[in-house]
Amino acid sequence: MSAPVDMNCKGLVELVTDYLEGALPEAERASLEQHLAGCEGCSAYLEQMRVTIALTGRLTEDAIPADGREELLDVFRAWKEQTSSW
Amino acid sequence: MSDRPPIRASDEDLRVVEALRAGDEPSFAMLVDRYRAPMLRVAQMYVSTRAVAEEVVQDTWVGVLRGLDAFEGRSSLRTWIFRILANTAKTRGQREARSTPFSSVWAAGDDEPAVDPDRFFPDDDPSAPRGWRSLPARWDAIPEERLLGKETLDRIREAIDALPANQREVIRLRDVLGWGSAEVCNALEISETNQRVLLHRARAKVRRALEAYLGEEGPS
Repeated sequence: MSAPVDMNCKGLVELVTDYLEGALPEAERASLEQHLAGCEGCSAYLEQMRVTIALTGRLTEDAIPADGREELLDVFRAWKEQTSSW
Repeated sequence: MSDRPPIRASDEDLRVVEALRAGDEPSFAMLVDRYRAPMLRVAQMYVSTRAVAEEVVQDTWVGVLRGLDAFEGRSSLRTWIFRILANTAKTRGQREARSTPFSSVWAAGDDEPAVDPDRFFPDDDPSAPRGWRSLPARWDAIPEERLLGKETLDRIREAIDALPANQREVIRLRDVLGWGSAEVCNALEISETNQRVLLHRARAKVRRALEAYLGEEGPS
């Protein structure tokens, strides 16, 4: 067991991504969760971050101009012709 | 943790590759429609103009088709395509004799706090050192039609558009397109740590934009 990690709100907000990514060392994760359990502000912050990620996932890829697409399909057609003539 | 197994090609990836080898154009068109936009943006990080980026994307597809027979499924199809893209873009960027080295393309840069430091009590505060001075609001009371409304999503899109290019592309691949962390690291050839820092900063700014918007008086 490593020594407990001192956790405070200002420090916690910088660890949120590592926490959500499962990248925190065990001792740090434990102390973060202990802090969360007793801190209204930090649990609200983490919840906001979860909502932010979920909402970002509702965005769709920006429409890109259709020009250029046909050229790419031509790339395929040329390749196909080349390989089938072997 | 950091040593995640690499993402191998899915059954769908293998089916698509088979179809391409057999000359199936709709399968190719599907890939083009799916990846043309993110490929164009990633290419633009390495070269100077949109026109050159378009050429890089075109050369990448040539490379993908030529390499089809060598695809063994040891990575996902999209990771493989994006690695070809990055290599093509770098080669092209080198020819342009750009002044910034490629290693700086994905560099995180200077520290930036996720939250305005004024939101916390000072380090030497007697009662709550580094604690919240003003608590973040709970968003669960916000009506769903506001939270999921078009305007909310527009704010997120604006916040992402305003990010530095490397943070923007990482959050797009991870949170908009839903790629896994290992896939993004492989595709962009960046370390897990590097990726997490970029993602962290990007998400923090999107959260701040949302907080500013959702904190405003909503339409009643």
